[in-house]
Amino acid sequence: MTTIIAPETAAPPDPNQPPRQHYLNAGYTVRSWLLTTDHKRIAILFLVSITFFFVVGGLAATVVRLDLMTPQADLVQTETYNKLFTAHGVMMVFFFLIPSIPSVLGNFLVPLMLGARDLAFPRLNLLSWYVYTIGGLFTLYAMLAGGVDTGWTFYTPYSSTYSNTYVMATAVGIFITGFSSILTGLNFIVTIHKMRAPGLTWFRLPLFIWSIYATSIIMVLGTPVLAISLLLVAMERLLKIGIFDPKLGGDPILFQHLFWFYSHPAVYIMILPSMGVVSEIVPCFCRKRPFGYAFIGFSSFAIAVFSFLVWGHHLFVSGQSIYGGMVFSLLSYLVAIPSAVKVFNWTATLHKGSISFDTPMLYALGFIGLFTMGGLTGLFVAALAVDVHVHDTYFIVAHFHYIMVGGAVMGYLGGIHYWWPKISGRLYPEGWARLSAILIFFGFNLTFFPQYILGYLGMPRRYHVYPEEFQLLNVMSSAGASILALGYFFPLSYLLWSLRFGKIAPPNPWRAAGLEWQTPSPPPTENFAETPVVVDEAYDYQRIDGFAVAGSGAAASPRSHREESTHG
Amino acid sequence: MIDDGFRLFPEQASTLAPRVDALYFFLLGVAVFFTVLIAALIVYFSIKYRRGNTKVDRAPSHEGGHAFGLEITWMVVPLVISMTIFAWGASLYFLEYRPPAGALEVRVVGKQWMWKFQHPDGRREINALHVPLGQPVKLMMISEDVIHSMYVPAFRIKRDVLPGRYSSCWFEATRAGEFHLFCAEYCGTNHSRMIGRVVVVEPADYQAWLGGGKSNLPPAEAGKRLFEDLRCVTCHVPLGATGRCPPLDNLYGHQVKLSNGQTVTADDDYLRESILQPGAKLVVGYPTLMPSFDGQVDEEQLIQLLAYIKSLARPAPAEAPP
Repeated sequence: MTTIIAPETAAPPDPNQPPRQHYLNAGYTVRSWLLTTDHKRIAILFLVSITFFFVVGGLAATVVRLDLMTPQADLVQTETYNKLFTAHGVMMVFFFLIPSIPSVLGNFLVPLMLGARDLAFPRLNLLSWYVYTIGGLFTLYAMLAGGVDTGWTFYTPYSSTYSNTYVMATAVGIFITGFSSILTGLNFIVTIHKMRAPGLTWFRLPLFIWSIYATSIIMVLGTPVLAISLLLVAMERLLKIGIFDPKLGGDPILFQHLFWFYSHPAVYIMILPSMGVVSEIVPCFCRKRPFGYAFIGFSSFAIAVFSFLVWGHHLFVSGQSIYGGMVFSLLSYLVAIPSAVKVFNWTATLHKGSISFDTPMLYALGFIGLFTMGGLTGLFVAALAVDVHVHDTYFIVAHFHYIMVGGAVMGYLGGIHYWWPKISGRLYPEGWARLSAILIFFGFNLTFFPQYILGYLGMPRRYHVYPEEFQLLNVMSSAGASILALGYFFPLSYLLWSLRFGKIAPPNPWRAAGLEWQTPSPPPTENFAETPVVVDEAYDYQRIDGFAVAGSGAAASPRSHREESTHG
Repeated sequence: MIDDGFRLFPEQASTLAPRVDALYFFLLGVAVFFTVLIAALIVYFSIKYRRGNTKVDRAPSHEGGHAFGLEITWMVVPLVISMTIFAWGASLYFLEYRPPAGALEVRVVGKQWMWKFQHPDGRREINALHVPLGQPVKLMMISEDVIHSMYVPAFRIKRDVLPGRYSSCWFEATRAGEFHLFCAEYCGTNHSRMIGRVVVVEPADYQAWLGGGKSNLPPAEAGKRLFEDLRCVTCHVPLGATGRCPPLDNLYGHQVKLSNGQTVTADDDYLRESILQPGAKLVVGYPTLMPSFDGQVDEEQLIQLLAYIKSLARPAPAEAPP
């Protein structure tokens, strides 16, 4: 991408020199973290916060899966069960998945990839973290004080009139956190427009930036609608103004329209950034340009636009007009096309690559496989007559977990591993990391594949007790979940371990293209000593590797960083 | 007894089930084909182009126009396949939600956390639904509180049951036996206990079963009695006499002109609204006289009143024989 290729190995530490200044050792006080406006430090704040909420949401899921091992209600009471699956959904969706890649990797990488010193509005960025944290703690308080039992979807009139749990406190928490999304999205849009390095034209941008840009558009346009919906629920609950409850003259279906107008695009807030991560990892570990750069880039925008036009496919059995159902079914098939385009292009990128299977690549390949399965089952649920049968069953649960866990979380973990050397300045133990990636892939499939079968058999979701014939498949699912939990526990452990004991990372351990690799690991507070000038296309791996372009390609295969860092 | 053995595929017990399953198997074929295609390509490329393999040709092919053709192909092929699925799914959906004329009509009231059914002859049951084999059955449903959802997996039907608005679905059972009936829309604490069974029996057995319970009036007759008890009859006098309120004879299913100039069809939802909120849609030429019956009649009584009003209607002109 630039004219200068940074050295691939870290310079041997000179004991006489003071340690290099970088963003991590720029200050050690609590104040230096909590009042920082450095996008990299804010990314770390987000990383810590979302990991915390991921663990909370994961614990709730653990109890749910344990309880579902038997058809009866024996581990927890039904009220508790309902609060647990609600807590799982709320924590994972609003406090982990939505902020995950944008707020952590996006915050860290957008300025670095653009060759900028920081985001356009650094203080707004810090505010975004505070808003997120206040909203998160508020919601956590609601969960601990009494819990909420509406499901993360808050369907009215149950949520607005009938539920006697902490609906309002939870809604306030989510309402507050929504502003964090809006602020982050706004910051990214302005930064990407105004702060690209000289020579970094739109078509030289990394695909990660394209996908973050598309995500930001959804965040800015969609989140206010969620805020409005929650505000309307509050007005009905507190002021008894009839909006959703028919006893007060309202319409319960209206809420579903408003809710999914945000929450369907929100699915793309979760998956688009993961697609961006995969679009970075695959070219790097294939050592070639992505196949169909422009198609991958524009498909992100196509997804962002179409995502706003398909909300009604959540209402096929709700009582919306059958003609409305037809239109939403048709539009849902159109949104499948750009997703298919991405999968085909990633696969074609492997063709004639020089492929290595480092941990990030394992996650990326896992992502492609699981996202393909999740996307293809999307065709099932978009088919009107089939959706009537599988709607609100475990088929839906399996489908969206393939997208949101198989897709979004695999991408997130792939990204964390890929950029970990840059973020922390350390290398993680590769053997453990590969083992975890494989555990997560198999654990995930064992957890969620049986749920497709359960769903088509007719087991409804959110059932605490269920008929006995469903037990075997539920036990398989719970067994898979325990493998999955182990798979998540390992990265949490060895990444923390690596902070102190990991090998020192060179500036560019993967010999990757991209401006973020042209600065030391971890980067200095100001990111770049001099503003880089971009003269080339993104992903110019042939030049980086010094391939003889016309030759057989057999020469000069770059070795992985492992050997190099031991040599260096 | 409900068949509770382990299985991987649900039993088919309605005319609709095999048709939905046919589309499902087509989808399964598409999904397996593309999953295997992508997985096979990934594995093949991963082995062939692994970094250690130095004997493979990695020289970039001249991909220019060739690549563009590929991009178009993998946009058009999925588009064609998905449009096929769309048309197939939509045509079945129409069939699913349009009950055939002459279906046996069972009234359903859902409430936290039970299902109440009433048959045309008046027999009631809770959390169990007896239906005759080989005869279309239409469920006319409403909720007393939150949203529920009527789901019979063996019939492949599901429909949300809403408060304040009637919804319906239909099926024709093709197998005698007992089948699960679930509430599919989360409705509060005991959502997973809001279940029941559908009992499909031979038509003769169904008739025998109808006669076996303690006798309830058929909904229309119960409605007539209610109509008199509530003194509706004082104002809504039969056609011919001049009443203070619109006559109800021959009203159901016909167009009604409103005082605001609009026209509505007098269907279940309109009539229900007019009983609970008489001022909401006033018939042209009549004053706001009627008091609201909100809180005085419950959902089951409303259904009976509607059944009575329906019984007063001659068939709509479109359906009448020429």
